[in-house]
Amino acid sequence: MSVDKQTVAKIASLARIKMGDEELERMVPELNGILDWVEQLAEVDVTGVEPMSAVIPNSLRLRDDVVDADPQTAGGKRDAVLANAPAAEHGFFGVPKVIE
Amino acid sequence: MTDLTKLGVKAIRDGVRSGDFTAREVAESFNAAVAEAAELNAFIVTTPDHALAAADAVDAKRAKGEDTGSMGGVPIGMKDLFATRGVQPPAPSRILEGFTPEYESTVSQNLWDAGAGMLGKLNLDQFAMGSSNETSYFGNVASPWKLEGSNQPMSPGGSSGGSSSAVAARIAPAATGTDTGGSIRQPAAFTGICGIKPTYGRCSRWGVVAFASSLDQAGPMARSVEDCAIMLGAMAGFDPKDATSLQMDVPDWEGALNADLKGKKVGIPKEYRMDGTDEAILASWEQGKEWLRDAGAEIVDISLPHSKYALPAYYIVAPAEASSNLARYDGVRYGLRDLPEGAGLQDMYAATRAAGFGDEVKRRILMGTYVLSAGFYDAYYTQAQKIRTLVSQDYEKAWGQCDLILAPTTPTASFPLGSMNKDPLTMYLNDVFAVPASLAGLPAMSVPAGLNPDGLPLGLQLVGKAFDEQTVLDAGLAIQQRAGFDHAPEKWW
Repeated sequence: MSVDKQTVAKIASLARIKMGDEELERMVPELNGILDWVEQLAEVDVTGVEPMSAVIPNSLRLRDDVVDADPQTAGGKRDAVLANAPAAEHGFFGVPKVIE
Repeated sequence: MTDLTKLGVKAIRDGVRSGDFTAREVAESFNAAVAEAAELNAFIVTTPDHALAAADAVDAKRAKGEDTGSMGGVPIGMKDLFATRGVQPPAPSRILEGFTPEYESTVSQNLWDAGAGMLGKLNLDQFAMGSSNETSYFGNVASPWKLEGSNQPMSPGGSSGGSSSAVAARIAPAATGTDTGGSIRQPAAFTGICGIKPTYGRCSRWGVVAFASSLDQAGPMARSVEDCAIMLGAMAGFDPKDATSLQMDVPDWEGALNADLKGKKVGIPKEYRMDGTDEAILASWEQGKEWLRDAGAEIVDISLPHSKYALPAYYIVAPAEASSNLARYDGVRYGLRDLPEGAGLQDMYAATRAAGFGDEVKRRILMGTYVLSAGFYDAYYTQAQKIRTLVSQDYEKAWGQCDLILAPTTPTASFPLGSMNKDPLTMYLNDVFAVPASLAGLPAMSVPAGLNPDGLPLGLQLVGKAFDEQTVLDAGLAIQQRAGFDHAPEKWW
């Protein structure tokens, strides 16, 4: 399989990365080079093979049902959470107007 | 007094403990060495005060007769992928411009608790995506090594290239690294130092900027196997804040180090003998077998039949995870925001991400988005995850015949900066020997083997069973003792 400029533009839009014509044209052969190369995976017989879900066997844990047990991940951190926001307003993340 | 910057982790810790010198003297020496080495561009930001404060705390403990810790008085470099409270950026990307972490990563906190201090934040490939340190927003890192008779700047490897450059240049006794598909081992091999990626889950990922979460694993980089064992012991440990953290005790790797390999079987994978592999690399591999045999091990031939598919599978799995992980950089919660005049929310996302990510990062996000998109998911992503299972099963079968595996770390020695970045694929091939162990989550280490005819370091790689870092370290020590690698790059910075 290979991609053309239109497909790359679609992927870039899905990934929310703005790309001009020149950049899209540059990406097409680069991505096709990689896609051609990964194509060899299709030759492997994977009948009956499960896709890997966990690399090292590990069970999911439940933490104790205690409020704010770990202070580092506890609540009450609004200002710390907002400290790096490019536009924090009134204790919220600020974004451009969404509803017309 | 001896030049303290010549010392490694163990010598510094033991010297501080016994009072041969103070932690402050050590920190001052390394701070001065770091300040002199700006030409390497290994550090993005230096934090001499952090190193001094940690040193003073250790000296005060010693004065009171208290234990100074397993890393007491050792100033280290911190790969700039770990969040360190109050110190910018991290992740060498413009998208995190202005971001100052409000919290400390578990691994860095563990190191401070063990008595280490921080010399500064080390440069790396942007979001750890690269094998040469040419994709950082903060410029290329130069290796302290040069080709014999040449002045060309050489690659320190990647992505932990700031770490490898600093440790090889003796401006830091040790540094943290992270390894997703070889990012500790390949730079260690390129610069003649040691580096170990432990079993997936040994070191907490909490506070480490995510690249590919099922592969990312932190580990130490230092100039000796003992130093790696000490530092890994300080970094590792169960962390409830990381859902994939291993709930196991951390063994005393340092205390149990033993270079006698009697009774151990070392597997030599025949698939790693590829056409076109550098002669000097193959010779060092042969030498490695001799060294391990001399240490009492038995050498056996093994097969890892899916090795050739590991790298292409990695270049589906890792970009897929990256495209998902990097979706968080949206110009809303932290870092850069690019808001063109009159733009709406969607335009802001796209403009911010266009301005903030570098080319290699964009390429991987697009690859990942494509292989996860409707219609292609099964053909690419599911197929790659099945092949990952096969790669892992190859190792399981191999463990029936051997206790660890010896292979080269890289197919070539270091190369000049700018010589390999024309075609992304050529660069990816650098990690061909490193990626299989990453896909299987296994502990793997690179130790220096010697110099090639051009005077550049070569590394040997040891891969062990899950949770068996000890055998990997023991074999690394056996090689270290026999290789006697004491070459240091000539100072030009």
